Amino acid sequence: MNSIFSGTRLRDMIRSIRACKTAAEERGVVRKECADIRASINENDPHDRHRNLAKLMFIHMLGYPTHFGQMECLKLIASPGFPEKRIGYLGLMLLLDERQEVLMLVTNSLKQDLNHTNQYVVGLALCALGNICSAEMARDLAPEVERLIQFRDPNIRKKAALCSTRIVRKVPDLAENFINAASSLLKEKHHGVLITGVQLCYELCTINDEALEYFRKVAPLFALDRSIYAYMSIAKCTEGLIKTLRDITNSAYQPEYDVAGITDPFLHIRLLKLLRVLGHGDADASDLMTDILAQVATKTESNKNAGNAVLYECVETIMAIEDTSSLRVLAINILGRFLSNRDNNIRYVALNMLMKAIAFDDQAVQRHRVTILECVKDPDASIRKRALELVSLLVNENNVKQLTKELIDYLEISDEDFKEDLSAKICSIVEKFSPEKIWYIDQMLKVLSEAGKFVKDDVWHALIVVISNASELHGYTVRALYKAVLTYSEQETLVRVAIWCIGEYGDLLVNNVGMLGIEDPITVTESDAVDVVEDAITRHNSDMTTKAMALVALLKLSSRFPSISERIKDIIVKQKGSLLLEMQQRAIEFNSIVDRHKNIRWSSLVERMPVLDEATFNVRRAGSLPASVSTMAKPSVSIPNGVAAAPLVDLLDLGSDDIMAAPSSSGADFLQDLLGVDLGSSSAQSG
Amino acid sequence: MDRLMSLCVPSLNLRMHRSLIDSLEIQSCYLLSEHSCLASGFGSIHFVLLVSRQGKVRLTKWYSPYTQKERSKVIRELSGVILNRGPKLCNFVEWRGYKVVYKRYASLYFCMCIDAEDNELEVLEIIHHYVEILDRYFGSVCELDLIFNFHKAYYILDELLIAGEIQESSKKTVARIISAQDEMVEAAKEEAGSISYIIAQAS
Repeated sequence: MNSIFSGTRLRDMIRSIRACKTAAEERGVVRKECADIRASINENDPHDRHRNLAKLMFIHMLGYPTHFGQMECLKLIASPGFPEKRIGYLGLMLLLDERQEVLMLVTNSLKQDLNHTNQYVVGLALCALGNICSAEMARDLAPEVERLIQFRDPNIRKKAALCSTRIVRKVPDLAENFINAASSLLKEKHHGVLITGVQLCYELCTINDEALEYFRKVAPLFALDRSIYAYMSIAKCTEGLIKTLRDITNSAYQPEYDVAGITDPFLHIRLLKLLRVLGHGDADASDLMTDILAQVATKTESNKNAGNAVLYECVETIMAIEDTSSLRVLAINILGRFLSNRDNNIRYVALNMLMKAIAFDDQAVQRHRVTILECVKDPDASIRKRALELVSLLVNENNVKQLTKELIDYLEISDEDFKEDLSAKICSIVEKFSPEKIWYIDQMLKVLSEAGKFVKDDVWHALIVVISNASELHGYTVRALYKAVLTYSEQETLVRVAIWCIGEYGDLLVNNVGMLGIEDPITVTESDAVDVVEDAITRHNSDMTTKAMALVALLKLSSRFPSISERIKDIIVKQKGSLLLEMQQRAIEFNSIVDRHKNIRWSSLVERMPVLDEATFNVRRAGSLPASVSTMAKPSVSIPNGVAAAPLVDLLDLGSDDIMAAPSSSGADFLQDLLGVDLGSSSAQSG
Repeated sequence: MDRLMSLCVPSLNLRMHRSLIDSLEIQSCYLLSEHSCLASGFGSIHFVLLVSRQGKVRLTKWYSPYTQKERSKVIRELSGVILNRGPKLCNFVEWRGYKVVYKRYASLYFCMCIDAEDNELEVLEIIHHYVEILDRYFGSVCELDLIFNFHKAYYILDELLIAGEIQESSKKTVARIISAQDEMVEAAKEEAGSISYIIAQAS
């Protein structure tokens, strides 16, 4: 027979594991211990089981496999002694999960323990069942648990109540069985039982419609007073709950339950949640609650987290029950106050709730716009994100200019990692709500200047579409872009848009055509304009797309600026030797066009692009993201001159990695169309 | 662990949805009303995790079904997220569509995972409630207490939460129940000690 002290004690094992300096050392110790435990298990000696399981649990927490100990849990649970059962159940809950079949073997022990004379053993069983039972076990043992809800000891009643919540979640059909027992719990005085009882009722109401009706209308009403226990004959459970809540709100200081000046905030919150379920969709019940909700909302201290937790729940309930607009305004004002709270947890929670509140009362939330904007600048990243989302929900035609200004001002000083989200949001707001094109273009220019590298392709494509459609603004736009790109030449997207515009509207740029009243004239020579484009090609950190676009722009400019076409030709020729295949190809092809420009209809080749059809672009963009790949396959909208709207998009995504194979054919297509020369199979032509 | 959302029509049979979802073993389910304000999950708290600043796990308790493998993955992932949070940030992290409420006490992070719709301020109170009970029990509790007496930390947690819901709001009551059980264990040990002694003497 084994000595009782075989193997190391738990304490010693923990010490020796902690003393290990390397992972390998630890593995060694654990391996030895596991071997000892296995040997001990094989000997089937009951004395060491307790200690073995404790050790196994520790080893399990370190992350090592321990399934060989699962049966030990069962044996311990089946032992008569309390300490064995205690650790056995703990092991069960830790080492097993409900999906394992081994769990079914415990059902019999559980049944016996639920009927044990020692109430602490009953407690162990209820706890284990409530934490990990499967649907079958729930079905088997539900009658026992239901009975225990009425047990003499409150400790057991509360455990039985929570165990029942798990049972009805697992097997909703059983909900009906628990209705009566649950409603009896609502008259309890013991806080623990009351909390768990209310929780059970909440579960029943959300799972089962009949239960909901029952608790709304039929259950007898009981009044709870700290010292008096009385029956009232009005048949509405809701009123009973309201009374309970009122009592707890008004109650004097109870040291046992006090948390930062609130008596039992957990009970407050549970009651509020249940009232929410009862009031939702029921005007009468909602009516009954308005007073107590207003009282909780106005009287609860909000300088500590406990109070705020109660207020938060109260606001949730107000939002969920049937409309009493004064109460809703009260709720939103509470949230507004939360927004200025120094505690960032509170601010975070308020922002979340305000997003839901917008659905009910946009006006009330709008009043807090300024504070919300402040939160966009918060040092806490999660708060900034939430605030930004909320702001974008608040934008409408009236406030868009003001809001956008604020956001763009902030964009200039915000952190790099926030710029992406912020710029994306600004772009989407601006696109959706812009009142006039010139404002849109201005805002986009500012965003591109500050955060161009974060702006996505479809956004700046959209900008170009709008620009091309705003013919009266072509001059203004190209001048503004020229000025911007001189200052912000490292913003890739800005450079691309600028190059495209200079290519298209270069003549407007140098001749100050289409000046608007607000503009000052600037002097830009043809050479200056070409400088910008050349710079984009030669700059070492320009990417492929930009360089390719620059070449196309040069091609256009060689027609628009005949006086410096030699210089332009030189730049193109230099690129014939480029190491980038795309650049080489374009350079060669464009050069041959420039060389032969006397022979072909030169100016019409690169005449002003036809206006890109906004509607089509928007449809395509909405329907197919990423738009670029699918536009290649689809026949593009037919536009005079046979120039498809696709080429713009094609051109621009030649830089993207996905479709490297396609470029040369689309480049050739472009030329093919216009020259009218059949350079081979025309079946692949896109337009 | 995907989250299934379905919009309610007024006469929705909630029971049917529940058992359907259950049979698909999806972790949590939202049933949203038109006003999106009424939500119910399978359990307020999905799991509890205590992890040290070095990333060592001191306690894990699972109230939703996670296999052992899933548990390790969750622990690794979540520890990484939480241990990297700056000190001044709020105590809530959005993670995999859930919210994790965490609070640091000395060298330990106490984390509880809840549904996105739940009251995170209350969970902060629950964490604090737990810590205060531990503190009373161990007398100025420190991490070392929870390492050598992990099973007691679990016993206490089991008096505080069942099925992911709070069980008792009175610290005094919890202390009383734990102490009663401790006494039973002591009594049983003494009795066993004396019997074994007798047997050992006899053999």
